[in-house]
Amino acid sequence: MYEIRIHGRGGQGAVLASKILAKALVEEGKFVKAIPSFGFERRGAPVSAFLRVNDKLIRQTTNIYNPNFILCIDPTLPRAVDIFSGMRAKGVWVQATKKSLDQLQVPESVSKVGLCDAFGIALDVFGRTITNSVMLGAFAKTTGLVSLKSLHKGMETVAFRDAALDKNIQALQRGFEETSVFELDREEGS
Amino acid sequence: MVCDGNEAAAWGVALSRPDVVAVYPITPQSSLAEYISQFVADGIIQADLMDVEGEHSVLSVLHGACLAGARTFTATCGQGLAFMFEPYFRTPPLRLPIVMSIVTRDGITPQCVWGGQQDAMTVREVGWVHMYCETAQEVLDTIVMAYKIAEHRDIMLPVNVNHDGNYLSYGVEKVVLPDQEEVDDFLGEKNINWHVALDPERPMSVDPLTGGAEGSGPALFVRYRKGSCKAMQNALRVIQEVHEEWEKRFGRSYAPLVEEYRLEDAKYAIVTIGSMTGAGKDAVDLARESGEKVGLIKIKTVRPFPVQTLRQALSKVKAIGVVDRSVSFGWNCGPMYQELLSTLYLLDERIPAISFIGGLAGADIRIEHFNRAIETTAKALRGEEFSEPIWLNEKD
Amino acid sequence: MRRQAREPFDESTIPNDLCPIATERIDLKTGDWRAERPVVDRDKCVKCATCWLYCPTQCIQEKPTWFEANLEICKGCGICADECPHHAIMMVEETEE
Repeated sequence: MYEIRIHGRGGQGAVLASKILAKALVEEGKFVKAIPSFGFERRGAPVSAFLRVNDKLIRQTTNIYNPNFILCIDPTLPRAVDIFSGMRAKGVWVQATKKSLDQLQVPESVSKVGLCDAFGIALDVFGRTITNSVMLGAFAKTTGLVSLKSLHKGMETVAFRDAALDKNIQALQRGFEETSVFELDREEGS
Repeated sequence: MVCDGNEAAAWGVALSRPDVVAVYPITPQSSLAEYISQFVADGIIQADLMDVEGEHSVLSVLHGACLAGARTFTATCGQGLAFMFEPYFRTPPLRLPIVMSIVTRDGITPQCVWGGQQDAMTVREVGWVHMYCETAQEVLDTIVMAYKIAEHRDIMLPVNVNHDGNYLSYGVEKVVLPDQEEVDDFLGEKNINWHVALDPERPMSVDPLTGGAEGSGPALFVRYRKGSCKAMQNALRVIQEVHEEWEKRFGRSYAPLVEEYRLEDAKYAIVTIGSMTGAGKDAVDLARESGEKVGLIKIKTVRPFPVQTLRQALSKVKAIGVVDRSVSFGWNCGPMYQELLSTLYLLDERIPAISFIGGLAGADIRIEHFNRAIETTAKALRGEEFSEPIWLNEKD
Repeated sequence: MRRQAREPFDESTIPNDLCPIATERIDLKTGDWRAERPVVDRDKCVKCATCWLYCPTQCIQEKPTWFEANLEICKGCGICADECPHHAIMMVEETEE
């Protein structure tokens, strides 16, 4: 079973991203349980979504405290929130950022990093910093857990509030293509 | 499809073909209200949508619609339920078969917009049938079943289908949509107001004032109250029958009243309700792996309270730990604990029982918390006394 | 910061499990939530106070010859930039620092 934690800010579509990802994974025959965590329900406030994936039915309906994967769709969030809290060793971190790998503080528990300038792409495609579709592409590229095709399918049946499906598919594609993936050398047992 | 509990509920409503719906948004029910409105706009629900100014009007409007023969639906929780209390209070004795989702939310003071069960638990004595769901699929299925239960000739009571705020309302999972034709066949002909109606063709006075204590008042009251109680007892049977028919037609089964999990050779058990059960079952599996003979009992139907079914389950174990997601202020324990204590009275021998209270104000009841509940109940089994409730999220 | 006119209630005089009250103010640094920040062109600003009037968080502060947002609170909604009659405010993408 994989545990994925998605971090974002209210209004960027983090929760919708978890829904699309859930649909895509179900499309690929997986069992999924995704729940959001709301603090203050307003634009800009930190928001998390928790997604469990397994090959058999998932029963527990609780938050995720020890994720294998962290997907952070906002570049400013890591300085405001401890997005790595409880992360398991050999974790994968997918981050929306303009920065390069050496400019970032990567914790020991992370052994694979995917970086994508989601703000830049989102402003280009939508004219606004709504990063969810872009970062889903980044997630697919970095983790290989889900295919673009399934994410397409997942997007077809959600109600996007701010832009049409084709723009979101475009963002997804660009996110996938414009993500740099880094494998880090980690000592066994670290 | 993949959707959350609120959307699943809206689909359950759509499949049941209501005639009049009225909703007012309130967290964490809001998206349910929005889906209902969207479905009406899109023609998926072909009903009259009443846009009213508050929950008091929501249910009052549905009273009128129901008396005119409409199949109805609404949803609320928390303060919305509180605002709705005046018409809520009279719906069961009026015998109106309204189906309502409570997207359970904790009590509002201290200020809180997060999940819990204080709202639904507090109103369990009003006379509505109360069922608690564990998954989004169960929400969809139970709403459709609720109409069959509510409109059953031996019942004619309003039904609350409750699902945990946040966990089930916004929790996304794979959900299967039952076939519409099969549902139509399952629910059969609508006959909502054969017994009490605002209908010029059948003039009658609906709920007139009863005589005072010197007049016919008391005897009438006893008659009607006994009738309500009889209907509730019938519901124990009908809820089981409806769930059995559901399994035959749609292939999905749910324990209608009480579910027993790994109870056959268990020495003790934890008792759960609603979405917390998933983590509870996982914790039981873990404990079993290390040799503990523990099981789980899940309560689905809280009203009518399945006394005999629970008694049978409880007679298999020698200690229980009841995990509540709400508080019984007057008894210093959880409400389900209180009800379980009453049920234990019927057992041949007295067994220890502990009250655990967790998950208040949207807190998680995790596998770790269940581990603690299991360990503590094991201690009770070995004779340790626990007179105070254990508050699971106290130090979180 | 304006001085409080009256001292808050001394909550140590009542049990801490009695009733939900608060007497300590913690300023939520909503500036953390921002994706864009308003940048004022001080030459264009005429101190008409339109931005101050429209700001939904009342975080606009008066300076000697211009107005500007208090960046600890400003959420970057862009209303000030939209309303400024002299187009003196530009919304600039927030850096990741």
